[in-house]
Amino acid sequence: MNFINDLLKIIGDFIAGIIQSILGFSPFLADLVTMGLAAVILCTFAALSFMGLTYVERKVVARIQDRVGPNQAGPFGLLQPIADGIKMFTKEDTTPATADRWVYNLAPLVIAIFALTTYAVLPFAPGVVGTNLNVGVFYIIAIGSGSIVAIIMAGWGSNNKYALLGAFRTVAQLVGYEVPMLLNVLPVVMLTGSMSLIDIVNRQTTLDGNPGIPFIVFFPLSALIFLISGIAETARSPFDLLEAESEIVAGFHVEYSGMKFALFFLGEYVNALAVAFVFSTLFLGGYAGPILPPYVWLLLKAAAVFFVFMWLRGTLPRIRVDQMHNMNWKFFVPVSILHLVVVMALMKLFVTSPAAAQANGGILVTPIVQAAILFTASALVLIGSLAIAARRARIMRLQEEALVAQRRAENIAAVSA
Amino acid sequence: MRTDFAFVGVMLVTAALLMGVALVAAALLRPKKPNKAKLETYECGMETVGDTWVQFRVQYYILALVFVLFDIEAILLFPIAVAFNSLTFFAVANAILFIVVLLIALLYAWRKGALDWE
Repeated sequence: MNFINDLLKIIGDFIAGIIQSILGFSPFLADLVTMGLAAVILCTFAALSFMGLTYVERKVVARIQDRVGPNQAGPFGLLQPIADGIKMFTKEDTTPATADRWVYNLAPLVIAIFALTTYAVLPFAPGVVGTNLNVGVFYIIAIGSGSIVAIIMAGWGSNNKYALLGAFRTVAQLVGYEVPMLLNVLPVVMLTGSMSLIDIVNRQTTLDGNPGIPFIVFFPLSALIFLISGIAETARSPFDLLEAESEIVAGFHVEYSGMKFALFFLGEYVNALAVAFVFSTLFLGGYAGPILPPYVWLLLKAAAVFFVFMWLRGTLPRIRVDQMHNMNWKFFVPVSILHLVVVMALMKLFVTSPAAAQANGGILVTPIVQAAILFTASALVLIGSLAIAARRARIMRLQEEALVAQRRAENIAAVSA
Repeated sequence: MRTDFAFVGVMLVTAALLMGVALVAAALLRPKKPNKAKLETYECGMETVGDTWVQFRVQYYILALVFVLFDIEAILLFPIAVAFNSLTFFAVANAILFIVVLLIALLYAWRKGALDWE
Protein backbone atom coordinates (compact mmCIF):
# COMPACT_ATOMS: atom_id res chain seq x y z
CA MET A 1 0.00 0.00 0.00
CA ASN A 2 2.77 2.39 0.99
CA PHE A 3 4.64 1.52 -2.19
CA ILE A 4 1.72 2.60 -4.38
CA ASN A 5 1.11 5.73 -2.28
CA ASP A 6 4.71 6.87 -2.56
CA LEU A 7 5.22 5.60 -6.12
CA LEU A 8 6.14 8.99 -7.61
CA LYS A 9 8.51 9.79 -4.75
CA ILE A 10 10.22 6.39 -4.96
CA ILE A 11 10.76 6.73 -8.73
CA GLY A 12 12.03 10.27 -8.25
CA ASP A 13 14.47 9.25 -5.49
CA PHE A 14 15.64 6.31 -7.63
CA ILE A 15 16.44 8.54 -10.62
CA ALA A 16 18.08 11.13 -8.37
CA GLY A 17 20.18 8.33 -6.86
CA ILE A 18 21.39 7.20 -10.29
CA ILE A 19 22.34 10.76 -11.20
CA GLN A 20 24.13 11.15 -7.85
CA SER A 21 26.18 7.99 -8.43
CA ILE A 22 27.18 9.04 -11.98
CA LEU A 23 27.93 12.68 -11.22
CA GLY A 24 28.97 12.12 -7.61
CA PHE A 25 32.25 13.97 -8.16
CA SER A 26 30.43 17.28 -8.46
CA PRO A 27 27.40 17.89 -6.18
CA PHE A 28 26.60 21.09 -8.07
CA LEU A 29 26.39 19.33 -11.45
CA ALA A 30 24.34 16.48 -9.94
CA ASP A 31 21.88 19.00 -8.46
CA LEU A 32 21.63 20.85 -11.73
CA VAL A 33 20.95 17.71 -13.77
CA THR A 34 18.36 16.49 -11.27
CA MET A 35 16.56 19.84 -11.35
CA GLY A 36 16.76 19.98 -15.14
CA LEU A 37 15.24 16.51 -15.43
CA ALA A 38 12.45 17.42 -13.00
CA ALA A 39 11.76 20.58 -15.01
CA VAL A 40 11.61 18.61 -18.26
CA ILE A 41 9.19 16.12 -16.69
CA LEU A 42 6.92 18.92 -15.41
CA CYS A 43 6.95 20.72 -18.79
CA THR A 44 6.21 17.46 -20.60
CA PHE A 45 3.39 16.70 -18.20
CA ALA A 46 1.88 20.13 -18.85
CA ALA A 47 2.28 19.87 -22.63
CA LEU A 48 0.80 16.35 -22.75
CA SER A 49 -2.12 17.34 -20.55
CA PHE A 50 -2.68 20.26 -22.97
CA MET A 51 -2.94 17.79 -25.87
CA GLY A 52 -5.31 15.59 -23.92
CA LEU A 53 -7.41 18.49 -22.70
CA THR A 54 -8.03 19.93 -26.17
CA TYR A 55 -9.56 16.58 -27.15
CA VAL A 56 -11.53 16.11 -23.92
CA GLU A 57 -12.83 19.67 -23.96
CA ARG A 58 -14.01 19.44 -27.56
CA LYS A 59 -15.76 16.15 -26.83
CA VAL A 60 -17.41 17.37 -23.62
CA VAL A 61 -18.54 20.72 -25.02
CA ALA A 62 -19.83 18.92 -28.11
CA ARG A 63 -21.87 16.56 -25.92
CA ILE A 64 -23.27 19.49 -23.92
CA GLN A 65 -24.32 21.19 -27.15
CA ASP A 66 -25.76 17.96 -28.60
CA ARG A 67 -23.02 17.44 -31.19
CA VAL A 68 -20.62 14.53 -31.66
CA GLY A 69 -17.27 16.34 -31.59
CA PRO A 70 -14.07 15.07 -33.26
CA ASN A 71 -14.62 11.50 -34.49
CA GLN A 72 -12.60 11.11 -37.70
CA ALA A 73 -8.94 10.71 -36.66
CA GLY A 74 -8.56 7.30 -35.04
CA PRO A 75 -11.09 5.49 -32.82
CA PHE A 76 -13.50 8.04 -31.27
CA GLY A 77 -11.29 10.76 -32.75
CA LEU A 78 -8.59 9.98 -30.17
CA LEU A 79 -5.78 10.87 -32.58
CA GLN A 80 -7.21 14.36 -33.14
CA PRO A 81 -4.57 16.12 -30.96
CA ILE A 82 -1.79 14.46 -32.98
CA ALA A 83 -3.41 15.46 -36.27
CA ASP A 84 -3.72 19.02 -34.92
CA GLY A 85 -0.05 18.93 -33.90
CA ILE A 86 1.09 17.88 -37.37
CA LYS A 87 -1.03 20.62 -38.90
CA MET A 88 0.37 23.26 -36.55
CA PHE A 89 3.95 22.22 -37.35
CA THR A 90 3.53 22.29 -41.13
CA LYS A 91 1.24 25.31 -41.53
CA GLU A 92 2.64 28.31 -43.32
CA ASP A 93 3.22 31.22 -40.99
CA THR A 94 2.96 34.83 -42.09
CA THR A 95 4.28 37.84 -40.22
CA PRO A 96 2.42 41.04 -41.18
CA ALA A 97 4.72 43.41 -43.06
CA THR A 98 3.99 46.25 -40.65
CA ALA A 99 4.36 44.21 -37.45
CA ASP A 100 6.90 44.95 -34.76
CA ARG A 101 8.92 41.80 -35.44
CA TRP A 102 10.68 41.20 -32.16
CA VAL A 103 7.67 41.82 -29.98
CA TYR A 104 5.42 39.89 -32.36
CA ASN A 105 7.62 36.79 -32.43
CA LEU A 106 8.50 36.76 -28.72
CA ALA A 107 4.92 37.01 -27.43
CA PRO A 108 3.93 33.32 -27.90
CA LEU A 109 7.18 32.19 -26.32
CA VAL A 110 6.63 34.41 -23.28
CA ILE A 111 3.06 33.22 -22.67
CA ALA A 112 4.09 29.55 -22.94
CA ILE A 113 7.07 30.00 -20.60
CA PHE A 114 5.03 31.74 -17.90
CA ALA A 115 2.27 29.16 -18.16
CA LEU A 116 4.67 26.24 -17.78
CA THR A 117 6.63 27.81 -14.92
CA THR A 118 3.50 27.84 -12.72
CA TYR A 119 3.86 24.07 -12.31
CA ALA A 120 7.15 24.48 -10.41
CA VAL A 121 5.38 24.82 -7.04
CA LEU A 122 2.40 22.48 -7.36
CA PRO A 123 2.60 19.60 -4.84
CA PHE A 124 1.45 16.36 -6.52
CA ALA A 125 2.02 14.06 -3.51
CA PRO A 126 3.92 14.26 -0.21
CA GLY A 127 7.52 14.97 -1.22
CA VAL A 128 6.69 15.23 -4.93
CA VAL A 129 6.94 18.90 -5.75
CA GLY A 130 9.19 20.88 -8.06
CA THR A 131 10.23 23.22 -5.32
CA ASN A 132 8.56 24.06 -2.02
CA LEU A 133 8.79 27.86 -2.10
CA ASN A 134 7.84 29.58 1.14
CA VAL A 135 6.00 32.18 -0.97
CA GLY A 136 4.21 29.58 -3.12
CA VAL A 137 0.80 31.26 -3.37
CA PHE A 138 2.38 34.61 -4.11
CA TYR A 139 4.61 33.03 -6.75
CA ILE A 140 1.64 31.50 -8.57
CA ILE A 141 -0.23 34.79 -8.73
CA ALA A 142 2.90 36.69 -9.79
CA ILE A 143 3.78 34.22 -12.55
CA GLY A 144 0.13 34.12 -13.58
CA SER A 145 0.21 37.81 -14.42
CA GLY A 146 3.12 37.16 -16.79
CA SER A 147 0.60 36.13 -19.43
CA ILE A 148 -0.83 39.68 -19.34
CA VAL A 149 2.52 40.99 -20.55
CA ALA A 150 2.58 38.39 -23.35
CA ILE A 151 -0.92 39.31 -24.49
CA ILE A 152 -0.11 43.02 -24.58
CA MET A 153 3.04 42.19 -26.56
CA ALA A 154 0.99 40.18 -29.05
CA GLY A 155 -1.69 42.85 -29.41
CA TRP A 156 0.78 45.70 -29.77
CA GLY A 157 3.27 43.87 -31.95
CA SER A 158 0.71 42.69 -34.51
CA ASN A 159 -0.03 46.28 -35.57
CA ASN A 160 -3.63 45.24 -36.08
CA LYS A 161 -6.57 47.21 -34.72
CA TYR A 162 -8.54 44.15 -33.60
CA ALA A 163 -5.49 42.73 -31.89
CA LEU A 164 -4.82 45.99 -30.08
CA LEU A 165 -8.46 46.26 -28.94
CA GLY A 166 -8.22 42.71 -27.61
CA ALA A 167 -5.02 43.57 -25.76
CA PHE A 168 -6.60 46.66 -24.16
CA ARG A 169 -9.52 44.58 -22.94
CA THR A 170 -7.01 42.15 -21.48
CA VAL A 171 -5.31 44.81 -19.42
CA ALA A 172 -8.61 45.83 -17.90
CA GLN A 173 -9.92 42.31 -17.37
CA LEU A 174 -6.97 40.22 -16.23
CA VAL A 175 -5.58 43.00 -14.10
CA GLY A 176 -8.98 43.62 -12.53
CA TYR A 177 -9.75 40.01 -11.64
CA GLU A 178 -6.39 39.62 -9.94
CA VAL A 179 -7.68 41.74 -7.05
CA PRO A 180 -10.50 39.42 -5.87
CA MET A 181 -8.17 36.47 -6.43
CA LEU A 182 -5.56 37.97 -4.08
CA LEU A 183 -8.16 39.02 -1.52
CA ASN A 184 -9.65 35.52 -1.38
CA VAL A 185 -6.35 33.71 -1.01
CA LEU A 186 -5.66 35.81 2.11
CA PRO A 187 -8.10 33.98 4.47
CA VAL A 188 -6.49 30.66 3.54
CA VAL A 189 -3.01 32.04 4.18
CA MET A 190 -4.16 33.52 7.50
CA LEU A 191 -5.58 30.24 8.75
CA THR A 192 -2.47 28.33 7.67
CA GLY A 193 0.05 30.95 8.71
CA SER A 194 2.17 30.15 5.65
CA MET A 195 2.18 30.76 1.92
CA SER A 196 3.79 27.41 1.10
CA LEU A 197 1.36 25.18 -0.80
CA ILE A 198 2.56 22.10 1.11
CA ASP A 199 1.78 23.75 4.44
CA ILE A 200 -1.64 24.71 3.09
CA VAL A 201 -2.35 21.09 2.10
CA ASN A 202 -1.11 19.80 5.48
CA ARG A 203 -3.43 22.23 7.25
CA GLN A 204 -6.33 20.50 5.49
CA THR A 205 -5.27 17.00 6.58
CA THR A 206 -5.41 15.43 10.04
CA LEU A 207 -1.65 16.00 10.60
CA ASP A 208 -0.54 18.01 13.66
CA GLY A 209 -3.99 17.90 15.25
CA ASN A 210 -5.69 19.69 12.39
CA PRO A 211 -9.34 18.79 11.83
CA GLY A 212 -8.87 17.49 8.26
CA ILE A 213 -11.52 19.78 6.78
CA PRO A 214 -10.84 21.30 3.33
CA PHE A 215 -10.84 25.10 3.20
CA ILE A 216 -13.91 25.23 0.97
CA VAL A 217 -15.89 24.43 4.14
CA PHE A 218 -14.17 27.22 6.08
CA PHE A 219 -14.59 29.86 3.35
CA PRO A 220 -17.28 28.96 0.78
CA LEU A 221 -17.41 32.57 -0.42
CA SER A 222 -13.67 32.72 -1.01
CA ALA A 223 -13.76 29.44 -2.92
CA LEU A 224 -16.59 30.62 -5.17
CA ILE A 225 -15.05 34.00 -5.95
CA PHE A 226 -11.58 32.47 -6.44
CA LEU A 227 -13.00 29.97 -8.93
CA ILE A 228 -14.87 32.60 -10.95
CA SER A 229 -11.92 35.02 -10.97
CA GLY A 230 -9.70 32.11 -11.94
CA ILE A 231 -11.84 31.53 -15.01
CA ALA A 232 -11.65 35.25 -15.78
CA GLU A 233 -7.87 35.26 -15.22
CA THR A 234 -7.37 32.52 -17.79
CA ALA A 235 -9.77 34.32 -20.16
CA ARG A 236 -11.97 31.31 -20.72
CA SER A 237 -15.59 31.50 -21.74
CA PRO A 238 -17.77 33.23 -20.49
CA PHE A 239 -14.97 35.75 -19.84
CA ASP A 240 -13.24 35.40 -23.23
CA LEU A 241 -13.84 39.04 -24.14
CA LEU A 242 -10.28 39.48 -25.32
CA GLU A 243 -10.88 37.10 -28.20
CA ALA A 244 -14.58 37.60 -28.76
CA GLU A 245 -15.08 36.33 -32.32
CA SER A 246 -18.29 38.24 -32.84
CA GLU A 247 -16.76 41.61 -31.98
CA ILE A 248 -13.01 41.68 -32.61
CA VAL A 249 -12.48 38.57 -34.80
CA ALA A 250 -10.03 36.69 -32.60
CA GLY A 251 -8.64 39.47 -30.45
CA PHE A 252 -4.95 39.56 -29.68
CA HIS A 253 -3.98 36.45 -31.69
CA VAL A 254 -5.75 37.36 -34.94
CA GLU A 255 -2.44 37.67 -36.83
CA TYR A 256 -0.91 34.44 -35.53
CA SER A 257 -1.02 31.05 -37.19
CA GLY A 258 0.86 27.77 -37.13
CA MET A 259 3.13 27.03 -34.18
CA LYS A 260 2.91 30.53 -32.73
CA PHE A 261 -0.85 30.22 -32.46
CA ALA A 262 -0.40 26.75 -30.95
CA LEU A 263 1.79 28.25 -28.22
CA PHE A 264 -0.94 30.78 -27.34
CA PHE A 265 -3.41 27.92 -27.19
CA LEU A 266 -1.02 25.94 -25.02
CA GLY A 267 -0.56 28.88 -22.70
CA GLU A 268 -4.29 29.26 -22.30
CA TYR A 269 -4.95 25.59 -21.53
CA VAL A 270 -1.94 25.12 -19.30
CA ASN A 271 -2.97 28.22 -17.32
CA ALA A 272 -6.54 26.95 -16.99
CA LEU A 273 -5.31 23.57 -15.76
CA ALA A 274 -2.96 25.32 -13.34
CA VAL A 275 -5.92 27.26 -11.92
CA ALA A 276 -7.78 23.96 -11.52
CA PHE A 277 -4.76 22.50 -9.67
CA VAL A 278 -4.35 25.57 -7.49
CA PHE A 279 -8.05 25.63 -6.62
CA SER A 280 -7.90 21.95 -5.66
CA THR A 281 -4.82 22.59 -3.56
CA LEU A 282 -6.07 25.71 -1.80
CA PHE A 283 -9.70 24.83 -1.22
CA LEU A 284 -10.31 21.11 -1.85
CA GLY A 285 -7.48 19.66 0.22
CA GLY A 286 -4.94 19.06 -2.55
CA TYR A 287 -3.55 15.55 -2.61
CA ALA A 288 -5.12 14.65 0.73
CA GLY A 289 -7.77 11.93 0.62
CA PRO A 290 -8.58 8.43 1.87
CA ILE A 291 -7.82 5.03 0.21
CA LEU A 292 -6.58 6.21 -3.20
CA PRO A 293 -2.94 7.33 -3.66
CA PRO A 294 -2.36 11.10 -3.22
CA TYR A 295 -1.47 11.91 -6.84
CA VAL A 296 -4.68 10.21 -8.02
CA TRP A 297 -6.68 12.32 -5.60
CA LEU A 298 -5.11 15.54 -6.86
CA LEU A 299 -5.71 14.60 -10.50
CA LEU A 300 -9.32 13.64 -9.74
CA LYS A 301 -9.97 16.93 -7.97
CA ALA A 302 -8.32 18.98 -10.71
CA ALA A 303 -10.26 17.05 -13.35
CA ALA A 304 -13.51 17.76 -11.51
CA VAL A 305 -12.70 21.48 -11.35
CA PHE A 306 -11.73 21.52 -15.02
CA PHE A 307 -14.99 19.79 -15.86
CA VAL A 308 -16.79 22.73 -14.21
CA PHE A 309 -14.80 25.05 -16.51
CA MET A 310 -15.89 23.06 -19.57
CA TRP A 311 -19.46 22.94 -18.32
CA LEU A 312 -19.58 26.73 -17.93
CA ARG A 313 -18.05 27.13 -21.38
CA GLY A 314 -20.66 24.87 -22.91
CA THR A 315 -23.66 26.55 -21.30
CA LEU A 316 -23.06 30.25 -20.65
CA PRO A 317 -23.08 33.04 -23.26
CA ARG A 318 -20.22 35.54 -23.27
CA ILE A 319 -20.84 38.47 -20.92
CA ARG A 320 -20.61 42.12 -22.00
CA VAL A 321 -17.62 44.33 -21.20
CA ASP A 322 -19.53 46.58 -18.80
CA GLN A 323 -21.09 43.56 -17.05
CA MET A 324 -17.63 42.06 -16.65
CA HIS A 325 -16.24 45.23 -15.05
CA ASN A 326 -19.29 45.76 -12.85
CA MET A 327 -19.17 42.20 -11.59
CA ASN A 328 -15.53 42.60 -10.61
CA TRP A 329 -15.25 46.11 -9.19
CA LYS A 330 -18.78 46.59 -7.85
CA PHE A 331 -19.45 43.10 -6.54
CA PHE A 332 -16.43 40.84 -6.09
CA VAL A 333 -14.00 43.40 -4.66
CA PRO A 334 -16.28 45.02 -2.03
CA VAL A 335 -17.73 41.66 -0.98
CA SER A 336 -14.24 40.13 -0.72
CA ILE A 337 -13.04 43.01 1.44
CA LEU A 338 -16.07 42.75 3.70
CA HIS A 339 -15.58 38.99 3.97
CA LEU A 340 -11.91 39.46 4.77
CA VAL A 341 -12.69 41.86 7.61
CA VAL A 342 -15.36 39.57 9.09
CA VAL A 343 -13.15 36.50 8.84
CA MET A 344 -10.12 38.27 10.32
CA ALA A 345 -12.13 39.41 13.33
CA LEU A 346 -13.65 35.97 13.88
CA MET A 347 -10.35 34.12 13.52
CA LYS A 348 -8.79 36.34 16.17
CA LEU A 349 -11.82 36.03 18.45
CA PHE A 350 -12.11 32.22 18.30
CA VAL A 351 -8.69 30.58 18.46
CA THR A 352 -7.84 26.88 18.55
CA SER A 353 -4.40 26.80 20.16
CA PRO A 354 -4.16 27.31 23.95
CA ALA A 355 -0.85 29.15 23.57
CA ALA A 356 -2.36 31.76 21.26
CA ALA A 357 -5.35 32.11 23.55
CA GLN A 358 -3.07 32.80 26.47
CA ALA A 359 -0.77 35.20 24.65
CA ASN A 360 -3.29 37.29 22.72
CA GLY A 361 -6.60 36.56 24.39
CA GLY A 362 -9.60 35.22 22.55
CA ILE A 363 -12.00 32.38 23.16
CA LEU A 364 -10.55 28.86 23.00
CA VAL A 365 -12.65 26.55 20.79
CA THR A 366 -12.12 23.17 19.15
CA PRO A 367 -11.12 23.19 15.42
CA ILE A 368 -14.54 21.82 14.41
CA VAL A 369 -16.34 24.65 16.20
CA GLN A 370 -14.03 27.20 14.58
CA ALA A 371 -14.79 25.70 11.17
CA ALA A 372 -18.51 25.87 11.88
CA ILE A 373 -18.29 29.52 12.97
CA LEU A 374 -16.25 30.53 9.90
CA PHE A 375 -18.54 28.59 7.56
CA THR A 376 -21.61 30.29 8.98
CA ALA A 377 -20.04 33.74 8.72
CA SER A 378 -18.78 33.17 5.17
CA ALA A 379 -22.09 31.75 4.01
CA LEU A 380 -23.99 34.62 5.63
CA VAL A 381 -21.81 37.21 3.86
CA LEU A 382 -22.35 35.33 0.58
CA ILE A 383 -26.14 35.12 0.95
CA GLY A 384 -26.41 38.69 2.21
CA SER A 385 -24.36 40.14 -0.65
CA LEU A 386 -26.29 38.13 -3.22
CA ALA A 387 -29.57 39.36 -1.69
CA ILE A 388 -28.41 43.00 -1.85
CA ALA A 389 -27.24 42.57 -5.46
CA ALA A 390 -30.53 40.94 -6.43
CA ARG A 391 -32.49 43.77 -4.75
CA ARG A 392 -30.49 46.44 -6.56
CA ALA A 393 -30.88 44.63 -9.86
CA ARG A 394 -34.64 44.46 -9.28
CA ILE A 395 -34.85 48.19 -8.53
CA MET A 396 -32.88 49.01 -11.68
CA ARG A 397 -35.04 46.71 -13.77
CA LEU A 398 -38.23 48.30 -12.43
CA GLN A 399 -36.88 51.78 -13.18
CA GLU A 400 -36.07 50.77 -16.72
CA GLU A 401 -39.48 49.22 -17.21
CA ALA A 402 -41.13 52.39 -15.88
CA LEU A 403 -39.07 54.46 -18.33
CA VAL A 404 -40.09 52.26 -21.25
CA ALA A 405 -43.76 52.45 -20.24
CA GLN A 406 -43.55 56.24 -19.97
CA ARG A 407 -41.99 56.53 -23.45
CA ARG A 408 -44.65 54.29 -24.90
CA ALA A 409 -47.38 56.41 -23.33
CA GLU A 410 -45.78 59.57 -24.77
CA ASN A 411 -45.60 57.99 -28.22
CA ILE A 412 -49.25 56.98 -28.11
CA ALA A 413 -50.20 60.48 -26.99
CA ALA A 414 -48.12 62.00 -29.82
CA VAL A 415 -49.71 59.71 -32.44
CA SER A 416 -53.30 60.30 -31.28
CA ALA A 417 -52.72 64.06 -31.12
CA MET B 1 16.35 28.63 0.25
CA ARG B 2 18.80 29.42 -2.53
CA THR B 3 18.20 26.06 -4.23
CA ASP B 4 14.43 26.55 -3.85
CA PHE B 5 14.55 29.47 -6.22
CA ALA B 6 17.25 27.88 -8.38
CA PHE B 7 14.61 25.41 -9.51
CA VAL B 8 12.43 28.30 -10.72
CA GLY B 9 15.34 29.49 -12.83
CA VAL B 10 15.95 25.98 -14.21
CA MET B 11 12.23 25.70 -14.96
CA LEU B 12 12.23 29.04 -16.84
CA VAL B 13 15.24 28.00 -18.93
CA THR B 14 13.83 24.52 -19.62
CA ALA B 15 10.44 25.87 -20.66
CA ALA B 16 12.11 28.45 -22.91
CA LEU B 17 14.29 25.76 -24.51
CA LEU B 18 11.45 23.30 -25.10
CA MET B 19 9.13 25.93 -26.55
CA GLY B 20 11.98 27.45 -28.55
CA VAL B 21 12.72 24.02 -30.04
CA ALA B 22 9.06 23.68 -31.03
CA LEU B 23 9.14 27.10 -32.72
CA VAL B 24 12.39 26.40 -34.55
CA ALA B 25 11.21 22.94 -35.68
CA ALA B 26 8.01 24.46 -37.03
CA ALA B 27 10.05 27.16 -38.81
CA LEU B 28 12.12 24.45 -40.53
CA LEU B 29 9.15 22.24 -41.45
CA ARG B 30 6.63 24.75 -42.77
CA PRO B 31 6.48 26.13 -46.32
CA LYS B 32 7.54 29.74 -46.72
CA LYS B 33 6.00 31.47 -49.74
CA PRO B 34 5.15 35.01 -48.70
CA ASN B 35 3.59 37.49 -51.10
CA LYS B 36 2.35 41.04 -50.73
CA ALA B 37 -1.30 40.17 -50.17
CA LYS B 38 -0.47 37.56 -47.51
CA LEU B 39 1.60 40.01 -45.50
CA GLU B 40 -1.12 42.63 -45.28
CA THR B 41 -2.68 43.38 -41.92
CA TYR B 42 -5.91 41.45 -41.49
CA GLU B 43 -9.04 43.58 -41.38
CA CYS B 44 -11.88 41.55 -42.87
CA GLY B 45 -10.61 42.10 -46.42
CA MET B 46 -10.44 45.89 -46.22
CA GLU B 47 -7.20 47.80 -46.43
CA THR B 48 -6.42 49.34 -43.08
CA VAL B 49 -6.79 53.08 -42.77
CA GLY B 50 -4.65 55.15 -40.43
CA ASP B 51 -2.23 54.26 -37.70
CA THR B 52 -2.95 51.44 -35.24
CA TRP B 53 -0.81 52.76 -32.43
CA VAL B 54 -2.99 55.68 -31.40
CA GLN B 55 -4.42 57.04 -28.18
CA PHE B 56 -6.61 54.68 -26.17
CA ARG B 57 -9.56 55.12 -23.89
CA VAL B 58 -8.78 56.89 -20.63
CA GLN B 59 -11.07 54.44 -18.82
CA TYR B 60 -8.45 51.71 -19.08
CA TYR B 61 -5.96 54.01 -17.39
CA ILE B 62 -8.32 54.80 -14.50
CA LEU B 63 -9.05 51.12 -13.90
CA ALA B 64 -5.33 50.38 -13.97
CA LEU B 65 -4.80 53.06 -11.30
CA VAL B 66 -7.48 51.51 -9.07
CA PHE B 67 -5.82 48.14 -9.64
CA VAL B 68 -2.43 49.46 -8.52
CA LEU B 69 -4.07 50.64 -5.30
CA PHE B 70 -5.34 47.16 -4.53
CA ASP B 71 -2.23 45.37 -5.69
CA ILE B 72 -0.16 47.35 -3.22
CA GLU B 73 -2.75 46.65 -0.56
CA ALA B 74 -2.33 42.93 -1.27
CA ILE B 75 1.46 43.16 -1.00
CA LEU B 76 1.06 44.79 2.42
CA LEU B 77 -1.59 42.30 3.54
CA PHE B 78 0.29 39.09 2.75
CA PRO B 79 2.91 39.57 5.51
CA ILE B 80 0.07 40.30 7.94
CA ALA B 81 -1.63 37.10 6.81
CA VAL B 82 1.48 34.98 7.30
CA ALA B 83 2.07 36.38 10.79
CA PHE B 84 -1.65 36.35 11.63
CA ASN B 85 -1.58 33.64 14.32
CA SER B 86 0.96 35.49 16.44
CA LEU B 87 -0.64 38.93 16.10
CA THR B 88 -2.37 40.64 19.02
CA PHE B 89 -5.92 41.96 18.95
CA PHE B 90 -4.59 45.47 18.61
CA ALA B 91 -2.52 44.59 15.54
CA VAL B 92 -5.46 42.88 13.87
CA ALA B 93 -7.67 45.86 14.65
CA ASN B 94 -5.09 48.06 12.93
CA ALA B 95 -5.02 45.78 9.89
CA ILE B 96 -8.82 45.86 9.71
CA LEU B 97 -8.75 49.64 9.94
CA PHE B 98 -6.28 49.68 7.03
CA ILE B 99 -8.59 47.48 4.94
CA VAL B 100 -11.63 49.58 5.79
CA VAL B 101 -9.82 52.75 4.66
CA LEU B 102 -9.20 51.03 1.32
CA LEU B 103 -12.85 50.00 1.14
CA ILE B 104 -13.75 53.66 1.60
CA ALA B 105 -11.30 54.54 -1.19
CA LEU B 106 -13.05 52.02 -3.44
CA LEU B 107 -16.45 53.47 -2.59
CA TYR B 108 -15.11 56.95 -3.35
CA ALA B 109 -13.82 55.81 -6.75
CA TRP B 110 -17.20 54.18 -7.36
CA ARG B 111 -19.06 57.39 -6.39
CA LYS B 112 -16.79 59.42 -8.68
CA GLY B 113 -17.69 57.13 -11.59
CA ALA B 114 -14.21 55.68 -12.05
CA LEU B 115 -15.65 52.17 -12.16
CA ASP B 116 -18.45 52.92 -14.65
CA TRP B 117 -18.04 51.57 -18.15
CA GLU B 118 -20.19 53.06 -20.89
